[in-house]
Amino acid sequence: MAFTHQHLLGLEGLSRDEILFLIDTADSFKEISERDIKKVPTLRGKTVVGLFYEASTRTRTSFEIAAKRLSADYVSIASSTSSSTKGETLLDTARNIAAMRPDCLVIRHNASGAPHFLAQRIDCPVVNAGDGAHEHPTQALLDLLTIRDHVKRLDDLTVAIVGDILHSRVTRSNVHALKALGARVRLVGPPTLLPAEAAAWGEVHNDLHDGVRNADVIMMLRLQRERQGRNFLPSLDEYSRYFCLTRAALSAAAPNAVVLHPGPINRGVEIASDVADGAESLIMDQVTNGVAVRMAVLFLLANRARQPSVEAPAVAAEPAEAPRLRRKAG
Amino acid sequence: MPSVLIHSGTVIDPLNDRHEALDLLIEDGRVAAVLAPDTERAADEHVDASGCWVVPGLIDMHVHLREPGYEYKETVLTGTRAAVAGGFTAVACMANTDPVNDNGAVTKYIVEKAAAADLARVYPIGAVSVGLAGERLAEIGEMREAGIVAVSDDGHPVMDSGLMRRALEYSAMFNLAVIAHEEDRGLAGEGVMHEGPTAFRLGLKGMPAAAEEAMVARDIALLERTGGRLHVAHVSTAGSIDLVRRAKARGLAVSAEVAPHHFTLTDEAVGDYDTNAKMNPPLREKDDVAAAIEGLRDGTIDAIATDHAPHHRDAKDVEFEGAAFGIVGLETALPLCLRLVREHGLAIDTLIRALSSNPARILGVPGGSLAEGSVADVTVIDPDRAWRVDPQTFQSKSRNTPFGGWAMSGAARATIVGGRVLWRAMEPAVMRGQRSARR
Repeated sequence: MAFTHQHLLGLEGLSRDEILFLIDTADSFKEISERDIKKVPTLRGKTVVGLFYEASTRTRTSFEIAAKRLSADYVSIASSTSSSTKGETLLDTARNIAAMRPDCLVIRHNASGAPHFLAQRIDCPVVNAGDGAHEHPTQALLDLLTIRDHVKRLDDLTVAIVGDILHSRVTRSNVHALKALGARVRLVGPPTLLPAEAAAWGEVHNDLHDGVRNADVIMMLRLQRERQGRNFLPSLDEYSRYFCLTRAALSAAAPNAVVLHPGPINRGVEIASDVADGAESLIMDQVTNGVAVRMAVLFLLANRARQPSVEAPAVAAEPAEAPRLRRKAG
Repeated sequence: MPSVLIHSGTVIDPLNDRHEALDLLIEDGRVAAVLAPDTERAADEHVDASGCWVVPGLIDMHVHLREPGYEYKETVLTGTRAAVAGGFTAVACMANTDPVNDNGAVTKYIVEKAAAADLARVYPIGAVSVGLAGERLAEIGEMREAGIVAVSDDGHPVMDSGLMRRALEYSAMFNLAVIAHEEDRGLAGEGVMHEGPTAFRLGLKGMPAAAEEAMVARDIALLERTGGRLHVAHVSTAGSIDLVRRAKARGLAVSAEVAPHHFTLTDEAVGDYDTNAKMNPPLREKDDVAAAIEGLRDGTIDAIATDHAPHHRDAKDVEFEGAAFGIVGLETALPLCLRLVREHGLAIDTLIRALSSNPARILGVPGGSLAEGSVADVTVIDPDRAWRVDPQTFQSKSRNTPFGGWAMSGAARATIVGGRVLWRAMEPAVMRGQRSARR
């Protein structure tokens, strides 16, 4: 098994084996972050550029730490510091960065399809770090890795995704992957955020208790506060009355059900504090696994950029580890 | 003016019930005689129409020529070049120029540019409201005197129902149709494509079919009371077509047009964010495409119009959300229309009505007929000419088309305006240079 794609633009279209391979590769990177010296030479001499057109703390930091733990040189460009404020187009910015010969470009953009747009036009692997309401593939991969760590399986799962389905890139990536893995997907939310098209993606529920009943996994979505101004809902208060995951609501789920949330959480809006901080909550494990997933993705994509050899001599902190990783991934 | 003999072809002239092998003699810019085949007649110029259909000149009643103001996208000259290359002898151009065609001076400017270009006929359409702002009625009478043939705020739906009512009432005085871009802005919101499964998959904001249908229903309701003539521009949904069908059955003065892309493509053509599949109204679903073809067949839809909307590469080579709406259509319309005949069994006579006599009737302009004495606007269609779309060879200044690389069948062999052969394509220019198919 190998990951033969040049880019990671989304999980749509990836096979079960490809998804499992990505998760397995991430799994093998986890222990690096547990070491005393958290660095391997795997991507030494490689350059990873993060291009963030949208505010992001978690994802941006996660990619940066992942790149650095693999010894890649990491440069991060936030939209406020980039040329976009000077009227430069996304394409021009990306072309200029590509001309500096990075080995991987990580992009977060508020326009759905922005990573596809770049991937079609520049000669550099592109990783989608979240595009509009489209996909957020590394988030879904880290969700799956976290579920597997705790539920101990990825098959025969019932997963309820709750909240703003319409605008959720996390949902789209997760549903593509969960369906490839054969899970039963439920989509839960008010009709304004759960359009008719969603029925083709999962079992639709407008009632939180029905939606989470006997679910093995509950994925809560962040409710963007600006939705209330656009009449998707009357108020955050009213939203939380019907869709906040409280302990009472959680009691309808399967015994030992786990709770995920991509963060940042709105305490008391979509998730009650005692649930977010409770034993079922895997929110911090998700964040930890995020680094491993991004290490795996960067490793698989940056390592086969235009440089013909990935076998550059390594002056390694712990040289024994690198070959193991390569062997496992190859 | 040299006389022209179009010989060896099949004349298709639905208005005069002709569909047979006939020759056409043109003198002094008029159809001088419709002759039995092989009648010996002297002429200065000959057009060999063997294997071709000789039809009244095609009229595209909905184009954007971008002049004045956006000459980097298109000019009256390049737009009318594209028209004659595509087989169109006349076009009606929308008012969303800069300055807007909301007064007689701008109308005159366009008319003068068209006279200087001296290619396809150009019929300006005036704005309904000053500056297309949807607030105050434009001086329709003054524009009428300067040469407009209809009024429309195309691109900017008239959201104020009161203004729409007055526009219908007032235009009736000049027997001008009000051409309506039917879109409820509140419903369409920030949508960038059709609201449906593809938009949901791509995470793009949708424009629901109801945004168009609600406004078609409103305008039909207004028409009941006001009189006047309503023409529904670029109808795109099955629901809208049904509303028009029922309004016609009640005898209302409503007509409708459909664009070739709306009867050819669905929203799936957006694929992985192809900005050349972004237009407004957006590409809809399979049932809507079927309804458009059925609407043409049963006469609910009167006309085929391209909504030719040239844009500079820079406005399309961006992320999908930020890309301009619209595609060019003049140079690809004819073969797409012929697919309806070939693949969907549409009668060729019906097609020619939709491309010629019906637009002439709705706009009240000459053409649409090959009767003796009528103006000699003629298109000679070679239905079997095979070619591949290479946008780089377009006569238009812009290349924004989703049909690049398509294998087409059918092209204009000759385009004759006022008795002058303006386009003659034994080897259509579009044949030069082959690009690999994208689909």
